[in-house]
Amino acid sequence: MTPRKPIATGSDWNFETLERYEQAIAELAREYRLDTYPNQIEIITSEQMMDAYASVGMPVGYHHWSFGKQFLSVEQAYRRGQMGLAYELVINSDPCIAYLMEENSLMMQVLVIAHACYGHNSFFKGNYLFQTWTDASAIVDYLVFARKYVAQCEERHGVEAVEQLLDACHALQNYGVDRYKRPSPISAEAEARRQEEREAYLQTQVNTLWSTIPERAAPLADHLLPDSENDPLGLHRHGRYPSEPQENLLYFLEKNAPLLEPWQREIVRIVRKLAQYFYPQRQTQVMNEGWATFWHYTLMNRLYDDGLIDEGIMLEFLQSHTSVVSQPDYDSPYFGGINPYALGFAMFSDIQRICQAPTDEDREWFPEIAGSDWLDTLHFAMHNFKDESFIQQFLSPKVIRDLKLFSLVDDDRDDSLQIEAIHDDRGYRRIREALSVQYALSAREPNIQVWEADIRGDRSLTLRHVQDRRRPLGQSLFPVLRHLHQLWGFPVKLESIENGDTVRRYQWPIPETGRESA
Amino acid sequence: MSYFIDRRPNARNKSAVNRQRFLKRYRAHIKRAVEESVNRRSITDMERGEKVSIPSRDISEPSFQHGPGGRRTIVSPGNKQFAEGDRLRRPSGGAGGGGSGEGQASNQGEGVDEFVFTLSREEFLDFVFDGLALPHLERKQLRVLEETRPVRAGISKEGVPARINIVRSMREAQARRIGMRAPLKRALREAQEALAAEERQDPVLRNPARIDELKSEIERLEKRIAAIPFLDTYDLRYNHLTHQPMPSNQAVMFCVMDVSGSMTQAHKDIGKRFFLLLYLFLERNYEKVELVFVRHHTVAKEVDEEEFFYSRETGGTIVSSALTLVDRIIEARYSPEQWNLYVAQASDGDNWDDDSATCLKLLDESLMAKLQYFTYVEITPHAHQALWDAYATIKTAYPERFAMEQIVQAEDIYPVFRELFRQRAES
Repeated sequence: MTPRKPIATGSDWNFETLERYEQAIAELAREYRLDTYPNQIEIITSEQMMDAYASVGMPVGYHHWSFGKQFLSVEQAYRRGQMGLAYELVINSDPCIAYLMEENSLMMQVLVIAHACYGHNSFFKGNYLFQTWTDASAIVDYLVFARKYVAQCEERHGVEAVEQLLDACHALQNYGVDRYKRPSPISAEAEARRQEEREAYLQTQVNTLWSTIPERAAPLADHLLPDSENDPLGLHRHGRYPSEPQENLLYFLEKNAPLLEPWQREIVRIVRKLAQYFYPQRQTQVMNEGWATFWHYTLMNRLYDDGLIDEGIMLEFLQSHTSVVSQPDYDSPYFGGINPYALGFAMFSDIQRICQAPTDEDREWFPEIAGSDWLDTLHFAMHNFKDESFIQQFLSPKVIRDLKLFSLVDDDRDDSLQIEAIHDDRGYRRIREALSVQYALSAREPNIQVWEADIRGDRSLTLRHVQDRRRPLGQSLFPVLRHLHQLWGFPVKLESIENGDTVRRYQWPIPETGRESA
Repeated sequence: MSYFIDRRPNARNKSAVNRQRFLKRYRAHIKRAVEESVNRRSITDMERGEKVSIPSRDISEPSFQHGPGGRRTIVSPGNKQFAEGDRLRRPSGGAGGGGSGEGQASNQGEGVDEFVFTLSREEFLDFVFDGLALPHLERKQLRVLEETRPVRAGISKEGVPARINIVRSMREAQARRIGMRAPLKRALREAQEALAAEERQDPVLRNPARIDELKSEIERLEKRIAAIPFLDTYDLRYNHLTHQPMPSNQAVMFCVMDVSGSMTQAHKDIGKRFFLLLYLFLERNYEKVELVFVRHHTVAKEVDEEEFFYSRETGGTIVSSALTLVDRIIEARYSPEQWNLYVAQASDGDNWDDDSATCLKLLDESLMAKLQYFTYVEITPHAHQALWDAYATIKTAYPERFAMEQIVQAEDIYPVFRELFRQRAES
C-alpha cells in the first residue's frame, strides 16, 4: 500500500480532523475484530472533567457530600499542579460515553479515541464479567432514576435523614454484590414502575418474617444446635436464619432489616445496584487498562505505518505512552504499587509475542497458545478472564523477568521479612500464584458474611469474618458496625473465625461492661 | 457508529451541590479553621480564599478492611539484589514491608494526614461573618426616605412625548374613528341608496331638485368623514411614572482614630484591622460603602487612608474635636435620610480631662440620633479612663446602637468584632 498523506499535523485539532481520525481508527479496529458499543465522544473543559471525576465515573449521580469531598480534593491537587487530570474518562454504557478534554493536543485526542473508544469500549462489551454483571444500555437511565428518587426522598424526609442512610450504605457497598449468582439486569423504566409495588411487597415480606415463626428450616448438624440440656423444649431447633450465610450484606438488609421504611429499603437497593455496576471494574483493572493500552499502542503504530500520522505526532505519542506504562521499582520514591497499565500492557504484548515468536520456554509453559493465532488468543483472554485468573493463566516467566518481580512474606510472628521467591526457575510459579492472589477481591477485602439474624431472640445480627492467615480487621470496623447497626436497628455482632475457632468478637453498641474482645 | 458532541458550553459546577453538602457537613471544622486563620493572617489578606485542612480521620468513609498483622505475601517489581530465602530486617515504619502491593497501604496509615482543600473567597467570607448581623439594618430600610426611584404606574392622558405609549394611543384612535364614522357612514349609505333609487326612475318622473339635494348631502357627508382625524390629541396615552421612595442601600463608615503621641504604630495596626473588618462586613451588606477617615489629636482633620494609618503626629487628645467634625461632615455631605451612617472609633482611651463630658453631650444630643451604629474599641491593656465611663453612659442610653469593647492585643480583634456584631435573637 502506498503511504497516504497524514490527516493532520501539529498539535491543534478540530472536529473535522477528529472525525476523520475516528473513522480511520474504526476501520483498523474492524480489521482487528474489536466489537464495540457505538461511541458517544464528548468534548469537555477541564472544569467539567473535574466534575466528572468527582462523581466517580457516573455521568449523573445523586447528591452526597462524599462526592463533594472528592471534588474538593481533585480541585486542590489540580490547582497546585500535583496532579494532571486524566486525559480521558470512559463510561461503561451503551452508547459508550468517552470524555475528551479540550486542552489535549491532537495526538492526545487520537490516543484517547484509540484507548477509550476502541480499547475500553470493546472490553466493556466483550468481557464476561461486564456481560454478566452490568447492563450497559440501562445504566444511564437507572442513574437518572436513582438521582430522582434520592431527591424525592430528600424532599419528603429531609436531606439529613437521607444523607445518614447513604453514609451507612456506602460503608457497606463493597458488600452489596452477589459474587456467584447472576443478577437480574437493571432497567430504569421497570425499576420506577415496580418500585411502588415493591415498597408494599417488601414491607409485607418483612412483616411476615418478623411476625410469625418461620417454617422449620432444614435441621442443622447436631454440633451446631444448643445442647438439649439447655433447651429441653427444643425452642431453638428451628435452625438458623438465614439458613445459609449471606455474602450480600446490603441485599440481606434490604430484605430483612426489621425497622427500615420502604423508601429506606429502596435507597439501600440503589446503592447495592450501583455497587454491582462497579463490581466488574474493580476486578479487571489490570486487564481493562492493559487491553486498552495494548490497542492504543497497536492502533497508533498502524496509523503511523499507514502514513496517517507523521513523525512529530508519533514521537509525542511514544513519549506519552512510555510514561503511561512505566513501572517504578519498589525502592523508587515514585513507587506506588504495581502500575496496572504497565503489567497489563506487558502481559497482552507478551501473549502476542508468544503466539508470533514462541521460544522453547513458551512452548513448555504455554503449549496450547504458543504459535497460535495471536488475535484469536488475545480475544479469548479478554473475553473469559478477570485479573486474578488472567494472571494465573497468562503471566509468563518473561514478564516476571522483565519486571523483576519478587515476593516477600511479612509475618507478624517473624521478626524479619523473608524473600519467598524471585524471578528464577524456582520462583516463577510461586510469584504467579502470589500475584494472582494479590488481585483476588476475596483476598483484598475481608471475607464477611451474614451468619445469623436472631429473629426469635434479641433480634441481634451476627456476621462472620472468615479470617485468612491471621490477618485481622482494621480499626475502621467499628465505624462500619455503627453504620450497620443504624440499618439493622438492633445489636450487631461480628465474629472472626479462623480454622473453625472464633478468634475475636466485636459488638455494637459496645456493651456497658466495656469492650468485649477475646 | 460514533458521534462527537461538544459539551463545552454546558453548565459547569455540576458538583456545586455536593460541594455545599460537604461544607455544610463539616461546618464546625471549617469554622474553626477559618477563625484561626483570621486571627493569624493580616487583615489585608481577607480578600482571598483560604486553605482549610481537616484531619482525614474525621471525614473518612469507613469500610471493612484488613488491619496490620497476620501473614501477608507481597509481590513487588524491581528486584535488584534479593535472592530466595533472604531475610530482611523489618523497616521501622511498622508492618508495611517493602511497599505493599495494593492501594490499601494509604488507608492503613496513621490518621495524621490532613484533608486539604481551598475555600473560595465568597465561601471564606461567609464563614468569617457567619452568625453576624448588622444591628438595626431593618429600621433604616423601612423608614420612608427622600430618595425615590421612578416606577411604572399604569397609563395617563397627560405626559411628555418621550413617554408616549404608541399601542395604547393607536387603539384609542381607532376606537374613536370607528365611533365617529359610524352614524355618518350610515347616513351616507342611505343618501346614496335614495339617490340611486331616484336615478333608476323614468327620466320623466325624476325630481331634479331632490337629486341635487341628495348629491349635496352626499358630498357634505363625505367631507365630514374625511375630516375625522386619524390621530387626535385626546387619543394620546402616556406611560405614567410615579416616584416610589426607595430604601437606602448605601452606607458611609467614619473611621475615627486617635493619633496622639500615646498611640503607637502597634495600636494603629490593631485599629486598622478593626476598621478593615468592619469595612468588609458593611461591603457585604450594602451596595455602596463610602469611607471617611477622621484623625485627631487636639484638633481633628479629615484625611485620606494612607495618611490616616501611617503619618505620625504628637500632642494631646481632644476626642470631641473628632466627633464635632464627623457631625459637620454628616451635615454637609451625608444626609441621614439617604445614608446609613456607621462610626467606628479606635483610641487608647486617653482624653483631655473635661472633654469627655463634652463628648457625652455631643453624642447624646446630636450624633446618636443620626447614626445606625457607633462602635468604640479601646486598645489598651490599662485601666479605663474618663472617656470609657462617659461612653458607658451612652451605651446605657442606646443599648441597641452603641457598642464598646476593649482590645488588648491583635488576637482579640476578631472575637471582639464578633461580640459587637453578634446576631441578636430579637432586635
